[in-house]
Amino acid sequence: MKPIVNDFSIHVATVNGSGSQTANTVLLRALFQMGIPVSGKNLFPSNIAGLPTWFTIRASKDGYVARRATSEILVVMNPETAAEDAAAMGPGGVIVLNDQIKLPPLPGDRIVYAVPMAKLMEPITKEVKLRRLVVNMIYVGVLGHLLSIDEAEVERALEAQLGRKPKALELNRQAIQAGWTWARENLEKRDPYRLERMDANTGKLLIDGNTAAALGALFGGVTVVTWYPITPSSSLVESLVGFLEKHRRDPATGRATYAVIQAEDEIAAIGMVLGAGWAGARAMTATSGPGISLMGEFAGYGYYAEIPAVVWDVQRVGPSTGLPTRTAQGDLSFVAGLSHGDTRHPVLLPHSVRECYEFGIAAFDLAERLQTPVFVLSDLDLGMNNWMSEPFPYPDAPWDRGKVLDDEALAALERFERYRDLEGDGIGWRTLPGVRNPKGAYFTRGSGHDEAARYTESPEAYRRGMDRLARKWETARGLVPKPAIEVVAGARVGLLAYGSTHWAMVEARDQLRAAGVEASYCLVRALPLAPEIGAFLESHDRVYVVEQNRDGQMAGLVRLEWPAHAAKIRTVLHYDGLPVDARFVTDGVLAQEGADAAVPVPQGADR
Amino acid sequence: MSDTLSRPAGDAAPGANRVGLTKADYDGAKTTLCPGCGHNAITGAIIQAAWEAGLEPHRVAKLSGIGCSSKTPAYFLGRSHGFNAVHGRMPSIATGVNAANRELLLIGVSGDGDTASIGLGQFCHLVRRNVPVVYIVENNGVYGLTKGQFSATADVGSLQKGGRQNELQPIDLCALAIELGCGFVARSFSGDPKQLRPLLKAAFAHRGTAVLDVISPCVTFADHEGSTKSYAHVKEHDAPLHDIEFVPYFEDITVEYEPGTTREVEMPDGSVVYLKKLAEDHDPTDRDAALDVLRQAQRERRLVTGLLYVDPASRPFDEEMKLVPEPLASLPLERCRPPRRVLEEIMEQMRTGKGLAAAGGGG
Repeated sequence: MKPIVNDFSIHVATVNGSGSQTANTVLLRALFQMGIPVSGKNLFPSNIAGLPTWFTIRASKDGYVARRATSEILVVMNPETAAEDAAAMGPGGVIVLNDQIKLPPLPGDRIVYAVPMAKLMEPITKEVKLRRLVVNMIYVGVLGHLLSIDEAEVERALEAQLGRKPKALELNRQAIQAGWTWARENLEKRDPYRLERMDANTGKLLIDGNTAAALGALFGGVTVVTWYPITPSSSLVESLVGFLEKHRRDPATGRATYAVIQAEDEIAAIGMVLGAGWAGARAMTATSGPGISLMGEFAGYGYYAEIPAVVWDVQRVGPSTGLPTRTAQGDLSFVAGLSHGDTRHPVLLPHSVRECYEFGIAAFDLAERLQTPVFVLSDLDLGMNNWMSEPFPYPDAPWDRGKVLDDEALAALERFERYRDLEGDGIGWRTLPGVRNPKGAYFTRGSGHDEAARYTESPEAYRRGMDRLARKWETARGLVPKPAIEVVAGARVGLLAYGSTHWAMVEARDQLRAAGVEASYCLVRALPLAPEIGAFLESHDRVYVVEQNRDGQMAGLVRLEWPAHAAKIRTVLHYDGLPVDARFVTDGVLAQEGADAAVPVPQGADR
Repeated sequence: MSDTLSRPAGDAAPGANRVGLTKADYDGAKTTLCPGCGHNAITGAIIQAAWEAGLEPHRVAKLSGIGCSSKTPAYFLGRSHGFNAVHGRMPSIATGVNAANRELLLIGVSGDGDTASIGLGQFCHLVRRNVPVVYIVENNGVYGLTKGQFSATADVGSLQKGGRQNELQPIDLCALAIELGCGFVARSFSGDPKQLRPLLKAAFAHRGTAVLDVISPCVTFADHEGSTKSYAHVKEHDAPLHDIEFVPYFEDITVEYEPGTTREVEMPDGSVVYLKKLAEDHDPTDRDAALDVLRQAQRERRLVTGLLYVDPASRPFDEEMKLVPEPLASLPLERCRPPRRVLEEIMEQMRTGKGLAAAGGGG
């Protein structure tokens, strides 16, 4: 049997709230420490305890970190889903089974390792509750033996997780040992899968996108944070609160250089951000789909009255409550024009944890420079799963507070008009309440106003204001992050994606190349769409927009921006709530290319 | 005892107050409301009270929602920044402004529709948090800008201009505010500036949310026979709890009163509110008594006005959050961006997994 090394996935099926998170993190970190590229995807229910949950760990010597739709190894810990989980395993599939769970008969080519987990737990602790929590460590030990995981790395990973709880550490260690020893003494290895040390992760770290976004806010100098708890954005603010409490207290007095306010709803959360932004704070909120829907009216206010704000939308599946714990990119077109009337918002689209951090900083500079709400669209996959990354760079530049007039500047002015476009970039100068010079006072309103911020219903003044906002939009186009474009010489096909979809694209491009389709790639990083994207469309015959929604929202925005190229734009759309996998993208492109260009669709490109 | 006008200290210019400003310096743009509107009288009282209290306009921010009342911040304190928010959401704006700059005195003006209907939730949470705002409700029981529909403060049995009768219970914003723990609750009448002005000045001196529910007749849609918020009806049913005098901390005035006739409340800045009792002796520091007075008045269909409840020791939101004394909005970069070492430490934690809590699920 030819060994398959560092190139397979482990799918762990457990019950929500059973403590499997620690076991899975130990496995993930042990592989990571062995220098093997890894990714972990937590597939969890909208529930605190009792419903099925799955965790997939992918090891990939090639560095692919997107989700794979199929796994080679299954760990069965949940009787509820055992039959279905086992049935999904293909020929040669490996099943590590808690032997108290009975599986229906399986085809003979499945490899089942039944482990007496309950019996192994008996000598470790008498407490039923602890047994239930710690039993997950048995499969860590069994997998450790089966896959040749470095025992010292498992120990290090466990120590990092539980080092501060010596009693728990010892119990868990014993369970891992029990599993390992039992497997060594009782299992005959019948599968080809194994792990070997690599050197792909030197200097790298593992972090989830929400924590990365919180670090962006911390180092971006946030001063006011408002929120209403909603999955999957809550952990962003909770991480941020932890960082702020530790790093943003005045050393002398212990007083806070920040305010965190848990609002009564998302309407209040965005209202507080606008109030704080108007008064000069760096203010942000984080939410998800239903919260974004509630923020609509204030989002338009922020656009029209021109108030800086940063809004993170960690997208989940809609419409409505949808699938609260599943991932999607379904808010793009809604957020792009959130609110009634002619409203447009800059939208940043981080594709990696590092960009969650970097855009987390940039969003404040953009919001204050452009004097408008800036949205950052992450998603559950990026936000709540752990990703490998290079360390984040400390910001070199100071912050950009935008066009603000203080008393000294006001004194030098003959008069101050809040919405007068003096520089032609569509952005007026603002003053902050508290400024002493009486010239600086003005009245902010969401109703019609002229350059001096006076109420008016004048058709000319309204139109001038809207045209100026359109000019500001063009200024924004030059300031938001540029797309990353990789043109393959001679390629007729282009791929276009954004956000967390990127990671499936990396792999899909290799698969397409293996199938004879060379494709250029455009990773979109923000709205307004950059002119470079138009050039990308121009230079390719067919451009496949790949995204995680049903309606092809980015494709729609691109077609609107470049109607002359609309006919070139095709879509590959993934919208079942699970992170998109590369095979889906590849097959989607090949199916359309095949029909079109008569390119043969090879089988088994992904083994 | 009469309302005491503050007198400028020292040798200031004629008509100048303690910060050297004349009353005209507190004016705003010309009103666009109907002639005779109660709201205009409240605007006048705010201007007068702000001048008398010697407020520094640059330290004031005026906030409002949507409706006739919410237009009025444009008509006073033209030297202050103003923020006319969306309908019913001024409290959240106020909360954000306070978090960003706790040195500002916030004057919020709202209406009965803006507060008791669309904005009831935000109003409750503003009070619950005790955000320092002087929150003035210009209460006329109708929607003026949309032409006369009943609001949630309309009394049972009150008639609309077209004759339709309101059948639904009114929301008593004062009783609600007291229930929610508000530390300053007063009710007044736009036609009684003598009572309203000292109440406003006392509210300026309060730390925390100060709710002033001011009955303010709508001359166009609710000033007819059968409306319980008409000038005639309000005048007839107005039952003041006390005569009020406000003596600011910066004035050296002794008020003479006969023992047992007057209660006094000292505000946190040293100003004193004198309450000369009328028919009954209301103790404004007794929360239960305040609720009793309101319930009794409701049963007897009287409109009690005056300082219903005050807790001078109330702890405002910005204090509760333990903010640094200076405005967060003006903190320099070095106090807002932790040093490089902090990022490096966190990166190391993420590399080793040490010191990290396992991520949780959710719903």
